[in-house]
Amino acid sequence: MIVTARQSAWVPHAILIAGLLVVLFPVYVAVVASTHDLAAILEAPMTLVPGGDIVRNFTEAMTAGTAKTSGVSVARMMFNSLVMALVIAGGKIAISLPSAYAVVFFRFPLRKLCFWAIFVTLMLPVEVRIIPTYQIVSDMGLIDRYAGLSLPLVASATATLLFRQFFLTIPDELVEAAKIDGAGPLRFFIDTVVPLSRTNIAALFVILFIYGWNQYLWPLLVTNTPSMTTIIIGMRQMIGNGDTQTEWQIVMATALLAILPPVAVVLLMQRWFVKGLVDTEK
Amino acid sequence: MDRRVVFPGWLFPAVLLLPQLAVTVVFFFWPAGQAIVQSMQGGDAFGLATRFVGGDNFATLFADPNYLFSFAVTALFSSAVAVLALAPGLLFAVMADRVVRGAAFYKTVLLLPYAIAPAIAGVLWMFLFNPSIGVIAYWLRWAGVDWNYLLNGKQAMLLVILAAAWKQISYNFLFFLAGLQAIPAALLEASAIDGASPRRRFWTIVFPLLAPTSFFLIVVNMVYAFFDTFGVIHNVTEGGPDKATEILVYKVWYDGIVGLDLGGSAAQSVILMAIVIGLTAVQFRFIERRVHYA
Repeated sequence: MIVTARQSAWVPHAILIAGLLVVLFPVYVAVVASTHDLAAILEAPMTLVPGGDIVRNFTEAMTAGTAKTSGVSVARMMFNSLVMALVIAGGKIAISLPSAYAVVFFRFPLRKLCFWAIFVTLMLPVEVRIIPTYQIVSDMGLIDRYAGLSLPLVASATATLLFRQFFLTIPDELVEAAKIDGAGPLRFFIDTVVPLSRTNIAALFVILFIYGWNQYLWPLLVTNTPSMTTIIIGMRQMIGNGDTQTEWQIVMATALLAILPPVAVVLLMQRWFVKGLVDTEK
Repeated sequence: MDRRVVFPGWLFPAVLLLPQLAVTVVFFFWPAGQAIVQSMQGGDAFGLATRFVGGDNFATLFADPNYLFSFAVTALFSSAVAVLALAPGLLFAVMADRVVRGAAFYKTVLLLPYAIAPAIAGVLWMFLFNPSIGVIAYWLRWAGVDWNYLLNGKQAMLLVILAAAWKQISYNFLFFLAGLQAIPAALLEASAIDGASPRRRFWTIVFPLLAPTSFFLIVVNMVYAFFDTFGVIHNVTEGGPDKATEILVYKVWYDGIVGLDLGGSAAQSVILMAIVIGLTAVQFRFIERRVHYA
């Protein structure tokens, strides 16, 4: 290791620790704020030492919500976010596994056209077609429904593309062996292709779950009923516009609760998370 | 690229493709088409009738100083976010590639902001810089800075840039680190034997080899700053003060949903689509070159 041996180790460590501080400081201040009552937060400068109200603040957020969220509890919002994220992640995987299989393992008329029709969705995020999409979802009566929250975000090709890449690497011998054994395309899909795709499915699920959970503009549009609010929109609604005092200790507790599931996913499934992130961008 | 051995038939694959095609047509092609149609329609003041107006909506947009200003705001915002997310991402990746002890820990923590929604990142930063309660705002005033991003457009821009870039550092860090670890150690060792200093090795070997990763990341970061930062703007500044932070995607939403100008908003959507397609085309050109390179 001639390259590293001559370098002093403290410079990289110092820079990385500075990096950790930049990353963690905003989160740390939110944690501190969620452990105090409002009076302590409003006192300038706010203390940076944790207080003793953590249980009370989190309980209040989880069970009661605030006046600005019409009393909808954060627990309910987290449930909505969870449903949305699971439907988006599960839905994308469920429709793209078969479609990628069809495009890779068959020859049929218009195959290239189908592939390109799906592929082109990669280019245009939902943000650029937001109002016509809203009108369609509204015409279908899906406003304030989980289907309306999730389905438009399922229409994207990231998963299809990843599975296509992977399916192309499955050896021909496996397909031939299946044919000799008399297995049809459905059997081969269920018994061979899906089990082989397990790690890809896991990696993709992690990325898509985070993507779904963190959505903002779309849920903001399609939910009007307070009980259908996602946690990220709910947190926003708790912040006052000057007329009323914002209950910052509850806002910060809610922000931390909103961060918790995706952060837990990144921490617990880091290997799959990294694989998913790198693979989907190829 | 195609497989050599395939299954016969067309009905089964058609059934397999159906769900995805249906979702894509209903929630993608139909709305995208609608956006193009609406961008060429105008309504009367009561929203009762629509008529074909051709390119009028586009002409109106490009004659509107607010829209042109929003373009300039977006250009400044997205390039600043890209630079401020890429440079630290690269720096931390180079350092994390050098350390042995604690490397896994640094990596884990530096990846965390990726999991945080842009809207939440916005609120966390707003809480630090809020003129009446923010900790950093207090320090700034103590240091003699007249800090109030609610009134000062430049400060508002700075704050949304910081919040948006902070979240994206993780992503760039991860890709730069992967790029660094793909560089053969033998190259660096040979250069070290030739007497090149670490700094020289970085600029003459590492940095050029990272160029493909960097180009790819520039495009990804621009797209991120264009579209995914709506939550940051909406939470921190609401496009203000006096439209100083009104980026294009915020304006599409505001004009369409709050202002109810469907034709103008659709025309803005179409322009945004053209921008993304342009960016994607750049990315593809570059990916082709990367294949060449490798």
